[in-house]
Amino acid sequence: MSGILVIAEQRRGELRPVSLELISAAQNLRTAGDTVTVAILAGSPGLFLDSLKLAGVDEIVAIEVAAAEFDPDTFESAVGALIRERKPGVVLVAHSVDSFGYAAALAAKLHLGFATDVFKAERLDGTLVATRGGYGQKVNVEVDFPGRDTVLLAIRANVYKPPDQRGDPRISEFAAPATMSRAGGRDFIELSSNDDVDMTAAEFILTIGRGIGEETNVAQFKELADAVGATLGCSRPIADAGWLPKSRQVGQSGKTASSCKLYIAMGVSGAIQHLAGMKHVSTIVAVNSDAGASIFNVAKYGVVGDIFEIAEELRRLF
Amino acid sequence: MKILIAVKQVAALDEDFEIREDGRDVEEEFLIRDLNEWDDYSLEEAVKIKEASSEPVEVVIVSVAPGEADESLRKCLAKGADRAIRIWDDGMEESDPIAIARVLAAAAKSEAPDMLFAGVQSSDHTFASTGIATAAFLGWPHAAVVSSLDYAPGAKSAVFRRELEGGLLQEVEIQCPAVLTIQLGINTPRYASLRSIKQAAAKPIEVKSLADLNLSAGDVGASGSHSRVRRMYIPDKGRAQLIEGDTAAKARRLAEIIREFKGDAA
Repeated sequence: MSGILVIAEQRRGELRPVSLELISAAQNLRTAGDTVTVAILAGSPGLFLDSLKLAGVDEIVAIEVAAAEFDPDTFESAVGALIRERKPGVVLVAHSVDSFGYAAALAAKLHLGFATDVFKAERLDGTLVATRGGYGQKVNVEVDFPGRDTVLLAIRANVYKPPDQRGDPRISEFAAPATMSRAGGRDFIELSSNDDVDMTAAEFILTIGRGIGEETNVAQFKELADAVGATLGCSRPIADAGWLPKSRQVGQSGKTASSCKLYIAMGVSGAIQHLAGMKHVSTIVAVNSDAGASIFNVAKYGVVGDIFEIAEELRRLF
Repeated sequence: MKILIAVKQVAALDEDFEIREDGRDVEEEFLIRDLNEWDDYSLEEAVKIKEASSEPVEVVIVSVAPGEADESLRKCLAKGADRAIRIWDDGMEESDPIAIARVLAAAAKSEAPDMLFAGVQSSDHTFASTGIATAAFLGWPHAAVVSSLDYAPGAKSAVFRRELEGGLLQEVEIQCPAVLTIQLGINTPRYASLRSIKQAAAKPIEVKSLADLNLSAGDVGASGSHSRVRRMYIPDKGRAQLIEGDTAAKARRLAEIIREFKGDAA
């Protein structure tokens, strides 16, 4: 059991960026004699081969599947067959919505060592060790996989930097077993926006979270955002409650604050899914009454205090 | 007709907490327990389906946990679950999500529901694995991160939307029975009324052991798990430079940061 198998991810004809990050994670784990193989499953896998020709990749395996987009049965069957044939020591997938749909099932069926949301994978004295968060990311948890010949790790996105050098891997094909899908994917739907704001273009965002408590308090922060010249954003609970439109939600399932330079988070605890949409911003200011809130771990400046009192004082200054 | 819902009592940490002496978990006295937030939504989804159905539907919750979880199970009973099953055996300590899933699947086999819901993940350890691993042991169709659902109990298929990254959804049709993991925001969970809380206190919680489900000790705990915790530790954190002073001073510094940014941007 040796070698590292990376399962690349694509959606609607585009390679998902995390696929390249997985290649870097594989480099990190590689020991002498390990080969790094990247598998791409798609209706037309040939479309993605060029983007995967990166330094450190020894082989790209193109797997043509009937389902053009992700489907749990197809992935379990094809990736499972590839693992049985190649017997890799480590299999890396993204910790993503697609892998949520099949990775645990694959690990259960093939008796693989298994850990998800891994942000560090390393070998310590020859033992594969994965680190993930626990108790709402307040602790780090190191796990290992005694007695497992193959270990499947779902790696958190935006942790490893994609490789910047091109490479010249061998290309091969793998015939996926025929599979009857029991969960047929239909159309994709872009979240309809009943608001004209584009969070991805905003340079200055003021975000509110669960800490605002009541819907009636939204107005105070909307007014503050307008006064200071910020775009008002929110975390998931605010959008789920319908207090602000989904188009203003920053985070994994919402928008990424891609152009943002100043991000003020008020009453946002800092769940990992929210951080995914904003932790890259150069100046993050967190205001929260809970000094232990994980938002302070990514913020440049922190204010521990009552968000309403601070918002009120701040409003007077503009 | 029956819908089975896997639920978990999660643990959050007290503001100050200590790591256990063996370095592999947090001292139990610092854990604050509550029903997993995701499970509130999957229970509500099942109760809504029951209320909309012309056929009788039984909503059953199942949890793999020691007796301390009864508090959360009663909360589910108060919010509309008809029955609660709790499975525990001391050998289940240290079970990872796959070992838990093996137990849930055995419970599902004996209950034979028409549909099984689980939360996308639990707020404490965010594995996002238990529901889908349960489907694997059952051999059932499965889907993760369901954010809207159209399902009539007993129907041969259901149509749902799964929530992808970046504000994208996908519509999917799935064969039933299936395992669906339910996302936050799919509905608005109800509050339990005082009356229903009182009624729930009188409902029994069925307690089952490994043997009741034809499982053996090797199926659970460390031997039935696909990972093992080596070490738990408090990470270096708090990069934020704290702005001190009274409220007015804090606001003045915030205003300065905003004006500096605007100066740069201008």
